[in-house]
Amino acid sequence: MRKAFIDSLIDSCRKNRNIFLLTADMGFSVFEGFQKQFPDRFYNMGVAEANMIGVAAGLALSGKKVIVYSIVPFVTMRCFEQVRNDICLQDLDVKIIGSGGGLCYGSAGPTHHSIEDIAIMRSLPNMVVLCPGDPLETKLCLRAAIENEGPVYIRLGKGKDEWVHESLGRFSLGKAITLSGGSDMAIIVTGNMLPVAKKARDIIASHNISARLISMPCVKPLDKDAIIKASKETKFIFTIEEHSLLGGLGSAVAEVLAENRSKAYFKRFALPDKYLKFVGSQEYLRGKLGLDDKSIARDILKIYKKEK
Amino acid sequence: MARNYSDFSDCNRVSKQVRHAILLMHAASGSSHIGSSLSVADILVALYLRILNITPSNLAAKNRDRLILSKGHAASALFACLAARGFIPKKTLGTYCMNGGILPGHSSFGCVSAVEITTGSLGHGLSVGAGMALAAKHDRLKHRVFVILSDGECQEGSVWEAAMFAGHHKMNNLVAIVDYNKLQAFGRIKEIMDLEPFAKKWQSFGWSTQEVDGHNFRQLLSSMNKLPFTKNKPSLIIAHTTKGKGVSFMEDQLAWHYKSPNQQQLNQAFFELGNL
Repeated sequence: MRKAFIDSLIDSCRKNRNIFLLTADMGFSVFEGFQKQFPDRFYNMGVAEANMIGVAAGLALSGKKVIVYSIVPFVTMRCFEQVRNDICLQDLDVKIIGSGGGLCYGSAGPTHHSIEDIAIMRSLPNMVVLCPGDPLETKLCLRAAIENEGPVYIRLGKGKDEWVHESLGRFSLGKAITLSGGSDMAIIVTGNMLPVAKKARDIIASHNISARLISMPCVKPLDKDAIIKASKETKFIFTIEEHSLLGGLGSAVAEVLAENRSKAYFKRFALPDKYLKFVGSQEYLRGKLGLDDKSIARDILKIYKKEK
Repeated sequence: MARNYSDFSDCNRVSKQVRHAILLMHAASGSSHIGSSLSVADILVALYLRILNITPSNLAAKNRDRLILSKGHAASALFACLAARGFIPKKTLGTYCMNGGILPGHSSFGCVSAVEITTGSLGHGLSVGAGMALAAKHDRLKHRVFVILSDGECQEGSVWEAAMFAGHHKMNNLVAIVDYNKLQAFGRIKEIMDLEPFAKKWQSFGWSTQEVDGHNFRQLLSSMNKLPFTKNKPSLIIAHTTKGKGVSFMEDQLAWHYKSPNQQQLNQAFFELGNL
């Protein structure tokens, strides 16, 4: 996703001379090309995220479109009040790019796990929250973010994310992407869990169950219509995300279902509401926490057979 | 712009009007921070009357100066100045901190068009000002960005992140002014968390500094007319001030960080200010 992001950004910067890129000393081996091409629009702000967000606000107030970049916890939580007061209160044209969403930095330990960011960012008025699921969604999300003139948060994965989509039409903010239709259940997924959800869906489909797969890169504004439609046309709604159970996609979908008299069975697959006491690769941690394709498929099949 | 180095009668006159308005706003609304507003009032008057290239008609211009009141709790002083300079009608001051009013206790973006950014949480303004200064450099515009900080605010780590950034990038179009009244919310700065040696701290971050009496227009303007103090450095003015300046019973009294004057105190304060 990082490569898709930077390629797409370089593309945008060629067309728009107002775009600035600020990084809090992150992006080694990613940003060198950008820095070379646009030296007067690239600033390494040092290890000082709060200042980076404030400077971004000052640039945006002077008519610039500003991209800020760091690892998710540092660019969302370390400087949260700057994001709120300096950017969102003024509804400024600043795009916050967090890399390493969820458990990408699994072995780095809990400081680098991002399990609360979607909840936090989606609570901010004016903020758009995007969690692309593969490199193609990343390109489309970045394009949509650049076209937008307000604050946007984009939660990226890591370096080598799987491609899920071969092609996609035009993506617009607030719209879900339906990968496959289905009438027995709907699986709604956001961010870097998209490849896992797709594999889980394929396992489920091999049991002759018709499962709809909806990718929801735009967590805010949320495509309520797609959720309500799924809750009317299928009997089960499952959400999948690499984020805490609290406040992320699952919570957002639950809010829509609860307020629209949904009768569908509903379950969230997400990270537990706790900090992990062990480390490991992203794949290892997903397995331990029941967030791998096989565990998710097994759990969904069990529920489906019991409740249908 | 006027550059009269001996006659400060305009500043003195507006300073009185601004103090009068501040007293009325706080008495009517019963809101806090009157001492902070009286402390910073003369700095704002000097800037708006003699220094800033900001007028009600050039607010949309890219190359006008910028002013950020990072100590947003002194908003009443800013609003009073803006009213005195014709940015907002004087009667709007009556809505300060009132139900349904448009002027909040901390200056907020959009409440009136001359407020550049929302402040009220300390430690934000200098970074935003640095961003504006960076944009001006990039666009080769000659205007300057002024940021007014409180002394207590300089205990925020983010102030020093911004100071380091501005120093590193040699932002000679950025000016910080500290309203150094030596009092913070709970007592004396010196006792709670001392800032000294204050000027040296800024100098070591790459800034050029001057210290002035923040209620003496001759000193304030003489300093402000020498900006930038050094060719390739951001400038800092340490303005030594008195909290509650201009009203004897409020001066240097912590209680007036919180209290607002009753009718009797208001009358006494007006008497001390004298004729407008």
